[in-house]
Order: sequence, then C-alpha cells, then structure tokens
Amino acid sequence: MSRLQTTFRDLHAAGRKTLLPYVTGGYPDAATTVEILRQIDPQRCACVEIGIPFSDPIADGPVIQTSFSRALEHGFRLDGLFDALRAARDQIAVPLLAMVSYSIVYRRDPRHFVEIAQAAGFDGLIVPDLAIEEADDLAAIGRERGFPLVMMVAPTTDETRRRRIAAISEPFIYYQALAGVTGERSALPPDLVQHVQQLRAETGKPICVGFGIATAAHVQAVCAVADGAIVGSAIVRRMNESVDRGDSPPAIARVVAGFIRELAAALP
Amino acid sequence: MPQTPTDATAPAGRFGPFGGQYVPEVLMGALRQLEQEYERAKGDRAFWAGLNDYLKQYAGRPSPLYFARRLTEQLAGAKVYLKREDLNHTGAHKINNTLGQVLLAKRMGKRRVIAETGAGQHGVATATACAMLGLECAVYMGAEDVRRQALNVYRMRLLGAQCIPVESGQRTLKDAINEALRDWMASVEHTHYCIGSVMGPHPFPTIVRDFQAVIGRETKEQMHAAEGRLPDVILACVGGGSNAAGIFYPFIGEKAVRLIGVEAAGEGLDGSRHAATLARGRPGVLHGMLTYVLQDDDGQTLPVHSVSAGLDYPGVGPEHAFWHSTGRVEYASATDAEALDAFELLSRLEGIIPALEPAHAIAYAAKLVPTLPRDRIVVLNLSGRGDKDCIEVARLRGAT
Repeated sequence: MSRLQTTFRDLHAAGRKTLLPYVTGGYPDAATTVEILRQIDPQRCACVEIGIPFSDPIADGPVIQTSFSRALEHGFRLDGLFDALRAARDQIAVPLLAMVSYSIVYRRDPRHFVEIAQAAGFDGLIVPDLAIEEADDLAAIGRERGFPLVMMVAPTTDETRRRRIAAISEPFIYYQALAGVTGERSALPPDLVQHVQQLRAETGKPICVGFGIATAAHVQAVCAVADGAIVGSAIVRRMNESVDRGDSPPAIARVVAGFIRELAAALP
Repeated sequence: MPQTPTDATAPAGRFGPFGGQYVPEVLMGALRQLEQEYERAKGDRAFWAGLNDYLKQYAGRPSPLYFARRLTEQLAGAKVYLKREDLNHTGAHKINNTLGQVLLAKRMGKRRVIAETGAGQHGVATATACAMLGLECAVYMGAEDVRRQALNVYRMRLLGAQCIPVESGQRTLKDAINEALRDWMASVEHTHYCIGSVMGPHPFPTIVRDFQAVIGRETKEQMHAAEGRLPDVILACVGGGSNAAGIFYPFIGEKAVRLIGVEAAGEGLDGSRHAATLARGRPGVLHGMLTYVLQDDDGQTLPVHSVSAGLDYPGVGPEHAFWHSTGRVEYASATDAEALDAFELLSRLEGIIPALEPAHAIAYAAKLVPTLPRDRIVVLNLSGRGDKDCIEVARLRGAT
C-alpha cells in the first residue's frame, strides 16, 4: 500500500478531516514550489496537489490558466520541476499528487510518466481530462507500481458511472462540487451535501471535494460531509498577486503557506 | 438525394488507434446523450427527410460540380472540376454540419448552442442555423481571428449570435475551442456544443463527417452524370478536416480514386511557422482526441501559423490521422505564398474568389494537374468563398 493510501485509510478510520491545497508547480519557479511544500504541515494536509502547467487546460478557469501561461512563458519544463522536487525530497514531509493533463502523460508515455513522477517524489496522480473510458491502462500501471490514480465524479455523473469510477479511484474520490471550470465561487452549491452523502453511501470510499471551495467557511462546511476539502484557485490567486507584486520565492511561499494555515484552522 | 449513412464507427469511437474521448468527467454525460440521440436520429427517416429539405430549400443543395475550363486550359494537364461548396448559403460547406447539429440539439431539448470558429465561417453557419431554428447562440473566436475576419464577426452579430473574443493563448482557433469547452462544462445541461470540424471527442468526428458526406455523395452522382465515371483524384484542404472528410468519405472504398488532403505549410515546413499537423506532427492528445498534433516533448501545444484562419490549428481530425497512417489518403501541403497566388489565379481565370483555405488545395492542384495526362479528372473541393478574406489579402499584398 502506498504512503497516500495509508494516509487516507488512517484518516478515514479515525474520522479525521483534511485539507488538500493545490499549487501550480514550477510557478513562478521550481524553487518556490519546493519552498511552499517545505512549509506545509502533513498533520493538517493529507497531500498537496501540484498542478502541472499546460498550454490548453480546458478544465481550468482564468486564475489557474494565468498561472500556467506565466509559468510556461518563464520557460517551465517538466523535467526542471521533477528534478527540483527529487533533490528536495528529504525536506518535504507532505505526500504529493500530480494534477496533470493526459496530453502531457501521453506525450511522455504513461508508464514512463509514472516512473519519473515517482522518482520525483509524487505519490499519485489526478488526470482531470481522463474519463474512465480511457483510464484503464493508467490505473493498471498505478496499481502495479503502488501509484494510485484519483478519479473525479461530477454532479452530471450517473449512478452506473459513479460505481465504475469508485472501483478504480484510489485512495479517495475527487468530487467536483459543480459543473464548470475551476475557480472561486461565493457560495457552495445547495445540493452538495446530498450529492456527497449519496456518493458515500454508494461507494464507501473517502471523498474529497473541490471546485469553488475558496474560504475557511467553505472548508468547514465541506468537511462536515466529506473527508477533505480541496482548495485551488483561491490559493493560486494569491500566488498570482504575490508574483504581480514582484515578491521573492520565500515571500510567495510565506503568503501561500499562511493562507493554507488559515484554511486548515477551519478543519473540524 | 443524400441517403442515410449506413456504416457504423467502432463502438469506442476509434479510427484505428485514433479518436477516443479525453475529456473531463463532467462532459461524459453529454457525450453519451449526443451519441444516443445521434444513433436514434440516424435510423429515423423523418430526421434525414427534414435535414435534406433544409439542405435543399434553405442551403441551396446540391452544390454544382463545375468544369473549370480556363483553369484546365492554363494548367494543361488533367481536367479540373470544382465542387462548389462556396455557393452554399453562408458561403461554405459549414452549413451542412450546422443544420444537422442544430436539428440534433433541438431533438435533445437544448435551448442554447455554442461554437468555436477560426475563419468565422463555422460561426456564421451556426448562427444562421440557430436564427432559422430559433435557438440561442454564442460563438467563441480568437481575438487575432476577430481582427482578421471582421466581416464574419459582424455577420454573426447581425444573425443574433453573441460573438465572444478569446484573449487566452495564441488567440486563434485552438484557444476558441478551449473556451467553448469551458463554457460547455458549466452549461452542459441546456447547451449543445456544435463543433465545426471532424474533431474533438467521440461522437463528434463521426457526426460531423456524416453530415459533411453529402459533398462526396453528390460529387459521385454529378461525376457520373458529367463523365460517366469516377474521378481520378480528389483534392481538399485540411485544417481540422471537415470538408476533406466530407468529400473523401464516400470514396474511401473506391481504391482507384486518389484522395489528397492539403495542409497549410505557412512560411514553410522547415521552420516552425506552419500548421501542417500530419506532415510535421506526431500522435498525441488534444481537445478530447488522440490524433496527430504539433506538440513539444512536454506535451505542450506548439504555436502554429497559417495565412488562413481556418487552417491555423495544431491538430487534425482523428479519422484523417487514421487515413494518413494506413496510406489511404495522401497529405500534401501548400505555403501561404502559394495559397495567395492561387487565390488570385482562380479569381482571374474563373471569376471565382476562393476562400484562403481551399486556395491551398488550388495551389497544390496547380503543381499536380500539369503532371497528369489530359484524360484524367481531378475534383477539387472548393469549400468556401473568399469574400471574408479580401481585406486581409489586400493588406498582405499591400493594396490598401
């Protein structure tokens, strides 16, 4: 069983809730990513999602798109980020999930991608543009190598698909709170609680909720029904603003880590 | 009279290894719904009768197959026929697909239709079908293309559609597709995404090909009437590849007919400023499909270039990738400069101003036709008219 699976099994067994922060990898540079990860408390955050910058992120709203296009303009390369993470492995306590487009995974060849991601210190993978129809190979490679593939369920997913997704998603199911792209929303969808409870009843797997979760109050509300809350755009917006101000990597990391602590304080 | 397409694509929407559905889970329900509705519509005579009636009475089909006498004399080789898709209502082949898809959207009870557009022809054709059938319409268009194709922007707005400039990425067709997909993820319950080419996730490549195959079926009949036989060569330009798929598809089983797709070589295949995906790309995943793409070693989409906004795309329909891999269709290319010369050549010799997209096919014909014997017949799919390009060509030629 992988480190990530153990973490979620223990959390679930203890009924403890967690925060999953998302940060754009290699933004504005790999050193900043490492600095942020060093400051994250694994007691509060079961893992961190590292978004891999991509030229055509169809599931992302303007905030994450901006971070991706800036990272790419500044010469982001996959190997540069992976090398930096590998070199800093001993300094990073929190497990890492790569959130990456299948365009990138396919280009590097799925098996090879999993190998280099593991070598860089990643513990698992989320591929937001890979539906179950195309996911079997990657899930099989993940099982073979102890590198779980987290699958997403959307409000538009019917029961048959929910069960199929739950069968391969490890170690938790990513429930997308709303139909749409990533981005901050002022309120949580009214049907969220009901959807999460239904998914839990059907699958019995840990469930983490993302998309539109932006504040400490949202985190608290989500964790009343789910195992974890995923916060992306609200964090990346602060990264964008910090970069706009011309902050140094340690200063950007302080901003991000500070906001993550603020969100984590809302965990029950 | 167009017939109901009869053959079925492989269940998973694959053309050999190409195609598939690489999209976020949130869209899978809508793709399944579309697939099922299309399966039902496909076997429904009333649907095809309705569509064929619109194609005839509204779009002006069948489009003529015109013998280009002066072009033939000038090139001094094979006889050249032009399949006049430029004479369709709205000025291009795009209306064949949008009438079909907007009728499907109505069958599914969707009240809103979105589209992406490059040159603006698909945007205008979608806006037109929506105006006529009474659906709300929004069209995403790269800001760079909004500049290049101002006339079509005005036409879409006149037709009651919202035309939304896209400022992200390279601000061209690929970015318009990204933005349309993002809209669809939030609006999927009441909105249909009317994709403009034989691309994207299954079932779009199959649906668009089937709606465009009317071009090839008519060509076959008209060629029999004119010459009593099949043509020797069929030429069509390829961006996403819908006009080419439409004219090629009914001839795929006719092994004696050479099928040639012409990609945009931009400023030349040796540099990076081109859009020749099959010539210079490799298999990869983009916009929901596994196909040939222009990507770097990290899977990032490379910038592409063509003088023609409709060919300025770093991917290609997955069935073209398949035909390329099996060798059934040959793929060639023409540069910006060659296409601009061809734009002027056809205007002067035949009194037909072609769109810059099929001007690439004309440019290739100008090289190929003189090498063929005089008893050979070449059909060129003249996929659209060039009014939309006149201002941009005049600017490029220094005439303004």
